[in-house]
Amino acid sequence: MNHDNNPIWVIADQENCKLLPVTPQLVGQARLLADVLATSVEVVLLGEGIDTHTEKIFAAGADRIYVGDHPDLAMYHPEVYTDVIVKLTLEHHPQIMLMGSTSMGRELAPLVAARLETGLTAHCIDLRINQKGILEQKIPAYGGEITIVCPERRPQMATVAQGVFPSPSPEGGRGGEIVSIQGPFLPSDRIQTLELVMEEPDGIPLDTASCVIAGGAGAGDLQGWNQIVELAAILNAGLGCTRPAVDEGWAELDTMIGQSGKMVNPETYLGIGLSGEQQHMVGVTGANVMIAINSDKKSPVFEQVDVGIVDDCRDFVPVLLEKIRKYKEQQTSCQ
Amino acid sequence: MLKIVVCVKAVPDPKLACDLKIDPVTKTLLRCDVPMVLNSLDKHALEAALQIKAENGAYICVLSMGPPEAGSIVKECMALGADKGILLSDPCFGGADAYATAYTLATGVQKIGDVDAVLCGMASSDGATEWVGPEMAVMLGMPVVTRVREIIVGNDESWEVKSALENGYRRMRVRLPALLTVTRDLNAPRALSFSGIIKARKKVITQWRLDDLGVSAETVGIKGSPTIVTEMCAVDNARRVTFLEGTREEKAEQLLQKLIEGGLL
Repeated sequence: MNHDNNPIWVIADQENCKLLPVTPQLVGQARLLADVLATSVEVVLLGEGIDTHTEKIFAAGADRIYVGDHPDLAMYHPEVYTDVIVKLTLEHHPQIMLMGSTSMGRELAPLVAARLETGLTAHCIDLRINQKGILEQKIPAYGGEITIVCPERRPQMATVAQGVFPSPSPEGGRGGEIVSIQGPFLPSDRIQTLELVMEEPDGIPLDTASCVIAGGAGAGDLQGWNQIVELAAILNAGLGCTRPAVDEGWAELDTMIGQSGKMVNPETYLGIGLSGEQQHMVGVTGANVMIAINSDKKSPVFEQVDVGIVDDCRDFVPVLLEKIRKYKEQQTSCQ
Repeated sequence: MLKIVVCVKAVPDPKLACDLKIDPVTKTLLRCDVPMVLNSLDKHALEAALQIKAENGAYICVLSMGPPEAGSIVKECMALGADKGILLSDPCFGGADAYATAYTLATGVQKIGDVDAVLCGMASSDGATEWVGPEMAVMLGMPVVTRVREIIVGNDESWEVKSALENGYRRMRVRLPALLTVTRDLNAPRALSFSGIIKARKKVITQWRLDDLGVSAETVGIKGSPTIVTEMCAVDNARRVTFLEGTREEKAEQLLQKLIEGGLL
């Protein structure tokens, strides 16, 4: 089959009837790819009471939206959603399918890929079309960037974290075709969602913080980590981390910054006791000032920041904290 | 009695992962310089199985795919209390992407037979894709719950579990046989005991090669992988570092000034 003119698909991601920002971001990128391939962008939107999102999706660059608006699709269900998407895919043969690296996408993407017996690349940081018309999927690895392709099987599938691609400026008045997906959507009896519980996250949210502090293995132990927690609190900064801090049990997985975690774009970034691994550093974009503290002057992190402090963070952070406290006291007494 | 398969992976020691290099010819990882260890999340999967075994009784089979050296991590799992250890090892299995890895492991689970539950770590520290568990589940025709942070009730019919979401969780009921991928919030893995190590010395690891699985060489390893790595390049960083100089006190003072300038204080 000739896939060259087949559409590019984006699977929309919504939570509690709110469209996640990753969806228009992926549609915007899909539009760029589709223009290279001279094909169309199509979006699959599943949920209940979601027809208000279609305008935003068209404005981001979509040509057609398959809307499954039904009580049985209200909440993400792995088997029901997989069935709907696989069935649609086999009818329409998209050449590329993109999903967000979200709670849903991380589970749904491999289920769909395995059913379609195709390849899937995780947490891409760039997507391009090469001269052969094949999707080049870039991921950071081993101090550089590697390119992955899925040369034969279709669709070519990839997930991308929120914030990797910019939110497109909406093109007003841009419309498209809406195709309604018809049920029945048979509920699966193998898995049931009994309850959905949302919890309040601790601290300053990472995605909107103007200052982000990231801590790594150099914290040494929980006591060292708590110094970094204190620093983030006093600076009103979002606190993120690298994988070793999660592995040590100091920090929650949700606060991991990087390719397989969160993308952040603060004005100021402060990396403490981390080595600047590519998988982490790609998670920080557009910072005006990047600062790092590491005991090894030769650490790769110093090749990626503007300001470097060569010191053991376990000794340095308490001194810095003391100075900040004194400064704050002075400020208060002056008022 | 429940038969539980725990899938584990030998990964390059994350503490030394910076030393890893990509082979420019084969475009696969050269891992010879870095010691292999048991993937940290897989320890939580094994611990979950051991706790179920302690409470209700279970037969635990550890399954891994990797080079012969990966036998050491299978042995480690047996020292921790697994009843059987199987290593899928064959030159044909090399260079597998997530899909081919899931396929090979799923074939291993089918050969084990009559499995009630498959437990996997949520992701591996080297690949970090989270794909292998769910893809295996599809291939095995089992339902899957990813990111399990709590197993509330476990009986022979169905399990109730909590699956982590970004800001919360889903409470789910899943019918067995099922596959679960687990997070580190699920439990605190036990440490190796001296007596466990001694007992494991006598246990034998079962090795299955391509022929034992009865599948074609085209469906495994690099040949069975839908995706391939085509290119590897270094990344240029535009930033030039200025080191703060002086004593610790002086450096902290300079950084304080920078934070004030940046409007953070």
